[in-house]
Amino acid sequence: MDPIMWLLLALLAFMIIGALIAAETEDLLSSVVCVGAVGAGLAIIDLFLGAPDLAITQVAVEVLCVVFLIRVVLTRRDETHETHKDTLAIGSVVLVLGVLLVLGGWAMTTLHPFGEPLLASADPGVAGQYLAGGLEQTGAANYVMAVLLDYRAYDTLGEATVIFVSIIGAYAILRKTGRVHHALGNEPDR
Amino acid sequence: MTIGALPYVLALVLMLIGLYVIVAKKNIIKIILGIAILEYAVNLFLLLLGYRNGGAAPIRSPEQTDNVVFAAGAVDPVPQALVLTSIVIGVGCLALMVALAIRLHEKFGTFDMTRIRELKG
Repeated sequence: MDPIMWLLLALLAFMIIGALIAAETEDLLSSVVCVGAVGAGLAIIDLFLGAPDLAITQVAVEVLCVVFLIRVVLTRRDETHETHKDTLAIGSVVLVLGVLLVLGGWAMTTLHPFGEPLLASADPGVAGQYLAGGLEQTGAANYVMAVLLDYRAYDTLGEATVIFVSIIGAYAILRKTGRVHHALGNEPDR
Repeated sequence: MTIGALPYVLALVLMLIGLYVIVAKKNIIKIILGIAILEYAVNLFLLLLGYRNGGAAPIRSPEQTDNVVFAAGAVDPVPQALVLTSIVIGVGCLALMVALAIRLHEKFGTFDMTRIRELKG
């Protein structure tokens, strides 16, 4: 077996264990840190699968998210614990997810096996065309950026729109000035 | 099951853990973390689909002058570009969700969904 496959399986096992601890631990802070570990594992996998741009972005985004979430969790202690465990509900959820796992695992076997993607087959599709003529068509040596900023530039424009809308939304939700009247009692309680 | 599908199945397991957290947990921060895990798993799956054995990053160095040789040795750039978009959109969504969670905590003093529901009205 390919050495990169062993590495990949080890990192995937690490990510799954991290996700399980994040799911089951009582303390929210440990949960956030475990999700950060999962994201770090993903960044390492990106690096080994030939995606350095993704690894850089993933690390940057991960640090941002973890700092933000830790800030939220640290100052807002939540003393609620799972008082009553609803065994029937949890059991049915696990059952449905098990069925999903079996069906999804069966579906995965019908895909191109790992390491032999569509790109390596006889008909490489659009990605083959990008790789064959990307340098002449776009002038970019980095093909990921050629796809992102040239072939699918409208996609990236939409992405920037989504980011700005979400930032404006978060600002509108968190701002204090709009709620001054309400706090002074000038406005009837809804 | 062949060994070639094993990484996909493990990515699926990670995705289902995220789904389990979203469905079964009562704490809003936990649910946000579940959505983050789900997102990582889907990004990972798309990236796995584009990898080829011994593939290099799709970045051209000046020595590589032959298009055909380069195209035969690089991994698929299209999933990488789309996952890059997805990661950035994911952090925007997470920021919005966290902002909503902060407002809920200001109003109800808890992250527990069941207690927020009881306090309604």
